[in-house]
Amino acid sequence: MADHKHSAKQNSGHAFVRAEDAPLLPPPATEAGLTGWLWQNIFASMADFSSAGASLRSACVAALTVFLLYFGFAQIYTLLDFGVFSAVWSDPDELKREACWTVDQGGGLPSGWHAACWPFIYAKHKFIMYGAYPSEELWRVNLSVLLGIAGLAYVLIERLPRRREVGAMMLTLYPLLCFILLTGGNLAIPFGSIGLWLIIGLAVISLGRLAKRGFLGSTLSEFHALIGLTGWAFVIYNTVRGFGAVDFGLEPIDTRDWGGLLITLVVAVTGIVVSLPLGIILALGRRSEMPAARLICTVFIEFWRGVPLITVLFMASVMLPLFLPEGVNFDNLLRALIGVMLFSAAYMAEVIRGGLQAIDKGQYEGAQAMGLSYWQSMRLIILPQALTHVIPGIVNTFIGLFKDTTLVSIVGIFDLLGAGQSAIADAAWSTPVQATTMYLYIAIIFFVFCFGMSRYSIYMENKLSKSRQH
Amino acid sequence: MARKAAATKMNISDEVMISMQAVNKWFGSFHVLRDINLTVHKGERIVICGPSGSGKSTLIRCLNRLEEHQDGEITVQGITINNDLKNIDEIRRDVGMVFQHFNLFPHLTILENCTLAPIWVRKMPKAEAEAIAMKYLERVKIPEQALKYPGQLSGGQQQRVAIARSLCMEPKLMLFDEPTSALDPEMIKEVLDTMVALAEDGMSMVCVTHEMGFARKVANRVIFMDEGQIVEQNEPEAFFNNPQSDRTKLFLSQILDH
Ligand SMILES: Nc1ncnc2c1ncn2[C@@H]1O[C@H](COP(=O)(O)OP(=O)(O)OP(=O)(O)O)[C@@H](O)[C@H]1O
Ligand SMILES: [Mg+2]
Repeated sequence: MADHKHSAKQNSGHAFVRAEDAPLLPPPATEAGLTGWLWQNIFASMADFSSAGASLRSACVAALTVFLLYFGFAQIYTLLDFGVFSAVWSDPDELKREACWTVDQGGGLPSGWHAACWPFIYAKHKFIMYGAYPSEELWRVNLSVLLGIAGLAYVLIERLPRRREVGAMMLTLYPLLCFILLTGGNLAIPFGSIGLWLIIGLAVISLGRLAKRGFLGSTLSEFHALIGLTGWAFVIYNTVRGFGAVDFGLEPIDTRDWGGLLITLVVAVTGIVVSLPLGIILALGRRSEMPAARLICTVFIEFWRGVPLITVLFMASVMLPLFLPEGVNFDNLLRALIGVMLFSAAYMAEVIRGGLQAIDKGQYEGAQAMGLSYWQSMRLIILPQALTHVIPGIVNTFIGLFKDTTLVSIVGIFDLLGAGQSAIADAAWSTPVQATTMYLYIAIIFFVFCFGMSRYSIYMENKLSKSRQH
Repeated sequence: MARKAAATKMNISDEVMISMQAVNKWFGSFHVLRDINLTVHKGERIVICGPSGSGKSTLIRCLNRLEEHQDGEITVQGITINNDLKNIDEIRRDVGMVFQHFNLFPHLTILENCTLAPIWVRKMPKAEAEAIAMKYLERVKIPEQALKYPGQLSGGQQQRVAIARSLCMEPKLMLFDEPTSALDPEMIKEVLDTMVALAEDGMSMVCVTHEMGFARKVANRVIFMDEGQIVEQNEPEAFFNNPQSDRTKLFLSQILDH
């Protein structure tokens, strides 16, 4: 035992009794503070000169460190120089492209100048943000975005009262409000058909309730959840359609006029908000004990995972109309949205299934033994734990989805990237740095969003692991 | 009869709590429970022991339908356990279970662990559920840990929380599946003390355990299982001092001789 070894060192006998406590000492400089950090992370690996080989290794590590530091700083400086120090920031004389021309091209900048041309971005800013959305109606977009940011901030900041209620509003009323604000409502949908579908939806929900109580035989009672969900889907979809058909006095704006960051946000936010619950349902279905539910979910997931998103988008915009009856005309953006939603839901389902698999069987048994129903134990016990386990994977899928929204430009929808690209084609701003500036700007926008999501996920993980030390 | 004597001594009613008749269960082709017949009366304390793999856990897990039996009839409190989900819900509401590995919910505080089922299954208001939870946490002597998370407690404390969590549903019957086998020796006593106190309050209990001291102290009956069958059952004194079957003798010699 450890005591024995100690005593053996301190005296030759085996018995040992400590007379005084060993002093508590401050940590050596290599363990604490800035010097400690520098030591551990940089110098420790190059401070070994105990032998010829070790000295050589230390020297190599030192040289490599110096080189990497130099290289890193040089890159950062190049970027800053391009974007900030040497960039053209304003165009007071309305010269347009000539403001960013060097003397060789007939402008006023020194020969060999190569940096960002920001006036180009100002000039195209409205187009990059909103596409062809009418200028006098932009307040509708701005209002939607501001409400969204305010609501999101409210939900994400802890210690605010009624976060749950605000969150519920953000998931129900807010999308509806955005839908009406952005499209303008007043869609040509007959109220009769909406009413009919609402009634069908309610009937299906009641059927699900009856099935749950066991009035319709045991086969149907197993599917009560599925029946209920279908009913709710009808009701929700037709409620949205119903609001869309009301005339709120707003000018309708065709989605073909939407563009830029607006499209990117609409696609990404809808995809994110829908893919999580849909992914949860698919993941639970795939692990369900009911063979039919398992089969449906597995086939669904594997189908969407087996097809590239580009193909999905092409199918949605080119092939789908061929299958629809004459006269039924889906909005192009809506089709792309549905494609993106289902696609990311399949990925989300697999991430969540990973989390479900990590949950100990004892948790299910504990919940069952206490009499919780399947849905209660999922909601209260299993999912909170499973989702926490896979926060990195979920956020990863969100970020992937956010970036994949750029693919919609392939089916003629002008997202941020698409709008940027068509702005580059403007000859009035034709300069050698035009494209680079635009791509840099778009990259910065994407980075801000994706990095924000990533940081929030890390913050959440730390918070959860602190409150639930295992 | 010996049973009658025990019954009067330990205040057992005639009301039947559990009745298992000719119960058989298979895992695939493996016959794990063979012709189990068992009747437990209200207020009775049963200890089940037997070698590893003999089907003890499977047997008590059949009593709240964590495992499904394929043949025979099990009734708990007069309710037959079959495919009817309503029956199963009703039984689980009245039967508490304590597991070897506690199975506390790590993302909830101790108090939330205890109030969860009363709130969601019994539809009790939160304040009332919390009052009951505190009552039982005091009973298992850890009210001061109520706001901690399970991961911050020792094994013995976690198991006592698990007992309190079951008690919060005010069950009529408690099932214990080796509640002390995952614990360090110094924590076994605190859990056993809690269980003894519970037994003294007259709770009906079915308990899989190898703690023979506990069996002698509180059991009305000890059941010995081997290879999926009930091999022998008797009052604790007779069971330990005068085992009849060779298999029981062998088993007892293995666990008692150290
Ligand atoms: N889900 C299962 N599928 C297949 N076989 C199982 C399953 N659960 C248990 N068994 C088998 O059934 C037998 C009885 O298991 P059980 O857990 O009831 O034994 P036990 O008496 O509780 O043993 P222990 O003292 O080790 O807990 C064992 O041989 C085990 O391997
Ligand atoms: Mg067992």
